[in-house]
Amino acid sequence: MADTAVPLEAGAETAHRPGLLKRILFHNLPAKIAALPMMATVLVVFVGCTIWTVYYSFTNSKLLPTGKFVGFDQYERLFQTSRWNVSVTNLVAYGAMSLVFTLVIGFILAVLIDQKIRFESAFRTIMLYPFALSFIVTGLVWQWIMNPTLGLQGTLRNLGWSNFSFDWIANPRMVLFAMLIAGLWHGTGFCMVLMLAGLRGVDEEVWKAARVDGIPTWRTYVSIVIPMMRGVLITAIVILGSGIVRLYDLVVALTNGGPGISSEVPAKYVFNYMFSGGNIGQGLAAATMMLLTVLIIMVPWAYLEFGGKGKRT
Amino acid sequence: MQHSVSIKDLSLNFGNVKVLEHLNLDIAQGEFIVLLGPSGCGKSTLLNCIAGLLDVSDGQIFIGGKNVTWLEPKDRGIGMVFQSYALYPQMTVERNLSFGLRVAGMPKDEIARRVARAAEILQIQPLLNRKPANLSGGQRQRVAIGRALVRDVDVFLFDEPLSNLDAKLRSDLRVEIKRLHQRLKNTMIYVTHDQIEALTLADRIAIMKNGVIQQLADPHTIYNKPTNLYVAGFIGSPSMNFIAGTVDGTTFTAADGTKIPVGAYDFAAAPAGSLKAVLGVRPEHIFLGEDADDVPYRTTAEIEIVEPMGSETLAWTKVAGIPVTFRCSSDIPLNVGDKVTIGFDIARGSLFNAETENRL
Ligand SMILES: Nc1ncnc2c1ncn2[C@@H]1O[C@H](COP(=O)(O)OP(=O)(O)O)[C@@H](O)[C@H]1O
Ligand SMILES: [Mg+2]
Repeated sequence: MADTAVPLEAGAETAHRPGLLKRILFHNLPAKIAALPMMATVLVVFVGCTIWTVYYSFTNSKLLPTGKFVGFDQYERLFQTSRWNVSVTNLVAYGAMSLVFTLVIGFILAVLIDQKIRFESAFRTIMLYPFALSFIVTGLVWQWIMNPTLGLQGTLRNLGWSNFSFDWIANPRMVLFAMLIAGLWHGTGFCMVLMLAGLRGVDEEVWKAARVDGIPTWRTYVSIVIPMMRGVLITAIVILGSGIVRLYDLVVALTNGGPGISSEVPAKYVFNYMFSGGNIGQGLAAATMMLLTVLIIMVPWAYLEFGGKGKRT
Repeated sequence: MQHSVSIKDLSLNFGNVKVLEHLNLDIAQGEFIVLLGPSGCGKSTLLNCIAGLLDVSDGQIFIGGKNVTWLEPKDRGIGMVFQSYALYPQMTVERNLSFGLRVAGMPKDEIARRVARAAEILQIQPLLNRKPANLSGGQRQRVAIGRALVRDVDVFLFDEPLSNLDAKLRSDLRVEIKRLHQRLKNTMIYVTHDQIEALTLADRIAIMKNGVIQQLADPHTIYNKPTNLYVAGFIGSPSMNFIAGTVDGTTFTAADGTKIPVGAYDFAAAPAGSLKAVLGVRPEHIFLGEDADDVPYRTTAEIEIVEPMGSETLAWTKVAGIPVTFRCSSDIPLNVGDKVTIGFDIARGSLFNAETENRL
């Protein structure tokens, strides 16, 4: 079979060489037709909307996207706005802490659960529950808990512990940590389940080999198991990272950006300017900056991850 | 003489499941022992107990005269090779070999020396900078053997090291393991379910069934004087022919009344009176035509199936109403329906007590 198929294929190729373009177009035509809706969606929704966003960020559009071209004016104004600058700083600080702590705590929880404990599936389910809730619910719940008069602080003071103090949510210097608590509560369970799947994917014989080699357990995790979990780690970082960049609903429900502007985030800035501030140009400029930041991080990484592959193998 | 590995009264339970019970095994210095048995009979469990990867429920293990029952694997003086290779995938071959030594804090030049020696013995020098993903199965298993080698230990443990390889590689690597043993003269304990591997490699084979060693002997004895029906049926391919009947003095009577004289058989203890028994004859101990002139029992049989295997031919027939296979040279023309004379070489056969299944 294979013997005859190869020369046939080669013959067909030489015969069709002049019509290369035609071949590219019509080769495997049904598959291309089937992919058309998807391609159209990508072109219109992703590429089209992105171009639209970038274009109108250079206009002075107010309530409607009709303004005239004003160059970089919107961007100049953006970076002179302290609310935007605070938003960016907040996102970087919150994002870094949330990413690191979610991964570390998620991994540690997964390692603990991996010790063949009893009621494992019950634990897993409980830990995963917060992730099933929307950020709005998470935010509201933690807003009640951390509310100085109604929540934990008020309750403990009413019980007689009169100098107990837990007012992070109302304290501009601590409000990010209040957000962090809610964010971790929401995300670590999910991270743990992902990590657990990764840990379970490690061949038991690798563990045995490491024991025979006399490698301590912690060292086996650090030097052997974690490198083997690369795929899971990347998945977790991408999912957590995209959640961090579009962080909006948690802030709205928990602090609504307050006190003052101390817990503002970029997505909230975009939303406020576009839909309630009536300044589409400014909102779109902010959105473009967010996109640009994501691209600056993603493109080199994607290039390293996928671009170099052909050379490596 | 001091034993290299000595297992005394070893028991191991998983919860209520008793996998090994009161198992005893003494292995001499430099001996190549194969643990052979079907899947699930407890071979890996026994090997993991020796390695210290499982805590024994009862009994003791000595390695090099030292009681190691409660020592960590790394302190037992063993190296181990696994079926799935169990290499560290994100490390180069060189690092796979040296990682354990580095963690143990060995001096750099000593590590380099050992890695170089292992690489030379296993001929993996060109692979030292590759990652396991870029190696073939045979190369990976070589690296895994190398990782045991650099530990410079007295006892090597192999858990089905060739089972993930294809047939050609398997026979190549089998020879290499044998060569390695001849060169290093270490004690080796080798687990397999493949009888060819067992027969070709072992100094002694321990045949296991349900966690019990059925017979521990050199391959020749295992093959020619199986101690019970299970061992007789497990070893040999195609397997031994079995004819059930009774034995009385020097006469074996098959179920259908066929009488076979067994005076030439070397009884361990001649049965008193009549006894239900099973006669076992290997396919190559059944002779065809003139070759059968000198054997104690001859009969005429009709050929039912002929399987030419290249170097020899396997033929199926019936004796005493029971299907029987025999081997003969492929030069002899055999056709289905031929009536041929075949003879049993009783002296090389086996007789078993039908109730206890032990050799008579
Ligand atoms: N961790 C375990 N828990 C419970 N039973 C086990 C465990 N490991 C093995 N067993 C049982 O012990 C028996 C022997 O297993 P094993 O030693 O792996 O057999 P094999 O001879 O195929 O290597 C099997 O019946 C298996 O089901
Ligand atoms: Mg096994």
